[in-house]
Amino acid sequence: MTAGSDELLRLEGLTRAYPGVIANSDVSFTIREGEIHALLGENGAGKSTLVKMIYGLVRPDQGRMTLRGAPYAPARPAEARRLGVAMVFQHFSLFEALSVAENVALGMENPPAMKALAARIREVSEAYGLPLDPGRNIGDLSAGERQRVEIIRCLLQDPKLLIMDEPTSVLTPQEVEILFKTLRQLAAAGTSILYISHKLEEIRALCDEATILRRGRVVATCTPRERSAREMAELMVGASLAVPARRPQTRGEIALEVTGLSLASPIPFGTALKEVGFSLRKGEVLGIAGVAGNGQDELLLALSGELPAPAGAIRLAGRPIGGLGPAGRRRSGLVAAPEDRYGHAAAPDMSLVDNAWLTASIRMGLADRGFIRRAKTREFTEEVIRDYDVRTPGPDVAARALSGGNLQKFLMGRELKQGADVIVINQPTWGVDAAAASAIRQKILDCAGQGAAVVVISQDLDELMEIADTFAVLNLGRLSAPRPVEGLSTEEIGLMMGGAHGMEEAHHAG
Amino acid sequence: MLSLERRANPSQFWLWFTPVLAVILTMVAGGLLFALLGSNPFTVIRTIFWDPLAGTNASYFRAQLFIKAAPLILIAVGLAMGFRAGIWNIGAEGQYIMGAIIGASVGLAFFPTENRLIFPLMVAAGAFGGWAWAMIPAILKTKFNTNEILVSLMLVYVAQAILAKASFSFLRNPDGMGFPGSRNFSTYPAARNLDLIERSGFHWGAVAALGVAVAAYVLLTRHGIGFRIRLAGQAPRAARFHGVSPTRLVIFCLGFAGALAGLAGIFEASGPSGQITENFATGYGFTAIIVAFLGRLNPLGIIFAGLLMALTYVGGSLAESRLNLPAASIQVFQGMLLFFLLGVDMLTNYRIRYGAARVKGAGA
Repeated sequence: MTAGSDELLRLEGLTRAYPGVIANSDVSFTIREGEIHALLGENGAGKSTLVKMIYGLVRPDQGRMTLRGAPYAPARPAEARRLGVAMVFQHFSLFEALSVAENVALGMENPPAMKALAARIREVSEAYGLPLDPGRNIGDLSAGERQRVEIIRCLLQDPKLLIMDEPTSVLTPQEVEILFKTLRQLAAAGTSILYISHKLEEIRALCDEATILRRGRVVATCTPRERSAREMAELMVGASLAVPARRPQTRGEIALEVTGLSLASPIPFGTALKEVGFSLRKGEVLGIAGVAGNGQDELLLALSGELPAPAGAIRLAGRPIGGLGPAGRRRSGLVAAPEDRYGHAAAPDMSLVDNAWLTASIRMGLADRGFIRRAKTREFTEEVIRDYDVRTPGPDVAARALSGGNLQKFLMGRELKQGADVIVINQPTWGVDAAAASAIRQKILDCAGQGAAVVVISQDLDELMEIADTFAVLNLGRLSAPRPVEGLSTEEIGLMMGGAHGMEEAHHAG
Repeated sequence: MLSLERRANPSQFWLWFTPVLAVILTMVAGGLLFALLGSNPFTVIRTIFWDPLAGTNASYFRAQLFIKAAPLILIAVGLAMGFRAGIWNIGAEGQYIMGAIIGASVGLAFFPTENRLIFPLMVAAGAFGGWAWAMIPAILKTKFNTNEILVSLMLVYVAQAILAKASFSFLRNPDGMGFPGSRNFSTYPAARNLDLIERSGFHWGAVAALGVAVAAYVLLTRHGIGFRIRLAGQAPRAARFHGVSPTRLVIFCLGFAGALAGLAGIFEASGPSGQITENFATGYGFTAIIVAFLGRLNPLGIIFAGLLMALTYVGGSLAESRLNLPAASIQVFQGMLLFFLLGVDMLTNYRIRYGAARVKGAGA
């Protein structure tokens, strides 16, 4: 990779250490003009830190970057944006009560008049096949549409390099196709794209080059089209991967029965649940798909006990538990794992030991007349850390100090190790790398193999296909009738999800 | 350029060192203030911080120290539990007054009966009075979602009106020749809150303050209730996921703080103050808010914070009388303490960097 005229960004020997951990060590690679460059790596491999250095959120301790031959060392994201580097984050930063144009204006240093801005948004969105009405409120948009707002916000700055962090995790297959078309169009027009994802098939379909990070170092660069997904995954993990082993099909008696569950949403701009009903046998895994914001969070709250329901609407082995709160349900044998790790499933500022006690105190006998049994809690915490390969300096660090994937492994272990009869999980592998995701899925299947009934709510269809026995879709708060997974095609499911609604014309310009 | 970087883990060193730093900074800034007022700053600082402990007549001032610290600690411990849970009881002063009135009423109702059970009964009634007064904002919050900050604060003024009424009419000493104020408990042995050691200032309130602080510390760090309080304050959604009932939490935290403030009130009324007068309330309930934060909302820290605050009170009035300093300058000095404490507080969770801004913390 000698300096050529088509070289956009060159990283040389970038190193960045945090107390106790080296996030990046001597990272060098080059992104060419108009190239879609994949950045691959496990959680904790240093992808976020690297991207933050490029975007000016973090400064490197050592090493240097050059942008089109000129030294590049942004001190702030605003400086990075001025020099033509834009980023779409995994978690959107949009105000739901404001319109698309207002949200875009909020991100600009010198926003033009609202009318001119709206016209400009319309123009750019048409040009890239991402139709978007600037006057609509964010609260009314789907996750895919919200992502378009973020992308268009970046495109308005006419960036030379667009960084995308896990862009497809919230999209339906149809929406992914639209996004890919847009990204290809952008690349053809000369914009380089740094694409971060764990979904190896996507990277093979989209990217020209891939840089693979492991433990903060570049371990390989390759052309994804020439490698299999499995090969890349193994480069990333540094070991061979196991495909989850399915257990023999054994169906026990009914463990969980939900009938006619209708609840208003406690979340602003949330979706009410309407007549949700399903039943689940021991050892069965029910996969619930759906585009984000169609009642997934509400369903989890209703099942975990945070949202009170009519007693008879939820039955555990025949016993009505709808009226019980989270503690009562855990005692009865139902555990739940919400999607949002920071602040819902875990208290970010509390230690892992405290976070273990948060849900495991009842079932694991970690309380004695109300007092916390500290030694026993610590033991359980260490067990979870060990069995789920959680990378942490120890059980006493604050939960927020762990990377997203590591915290997710910890939280999954915390629920799955409690020996519950029914386990409800929302997004078990959101933002988790391939190796850890496959380990988590295997553990879920192991629990089902031991007789637990599992409800997995996920937006990752491949994941549901891999682990679920029966499949249902949550759409506008209604749950479709569960169907056996065997015999369902991905396309069929995508259509069931309603993700294709209004998408056909989305690419008339692209 | 100076910038702040969020620490991955809160610093244990700074957690305990920031109060010390705040005191040092207060001494420096306060010294400047006193110098500007034309006093020798070293003399003033010594008068405030040293003379009450070891100067002339120190034994009297040391007793004053316990007398002032005990109610501050009792109230602050209760408030800290609520503050930890994100429940802002600003009306401890009112609960303190109501505890004193109810407790004193029970005691005076038995006058002049001599019985060992009267004093314990008064203490229980005092705790009940504070608790009941705190239940007003608690129930309004849980039933109608009112703001407990406003309701509890407004109730202070209601309590002050009741206090005035009590000292002028229904608790007025019938043998007092028409002077306002209740019968003095120093004349009623069964109801008297005596110093446990003669003239030490160490009365039953001080014993209760120490016991409650230690018990609250154990509750907060070792017990499920304390865990739920901490959790609700740090991550409200995680608290609901754990199974915390917001209603029960509000009732518990306000009730606990109210009962302790009521205890402080009755110990004061039956001991150092000796009677209910319209000037009975001197702001312990408000100062305790500062004490709670000065002690890092930690019950053990609050013991030290309460003693320190009492020292600035005792030393402050000493400086006022001996050095002729205006009373307002002493209040500014106490205000500085809270200002610096809150100012340097961020060192616990942030580190100062010389160089460009790094807003985001450790990632991977």
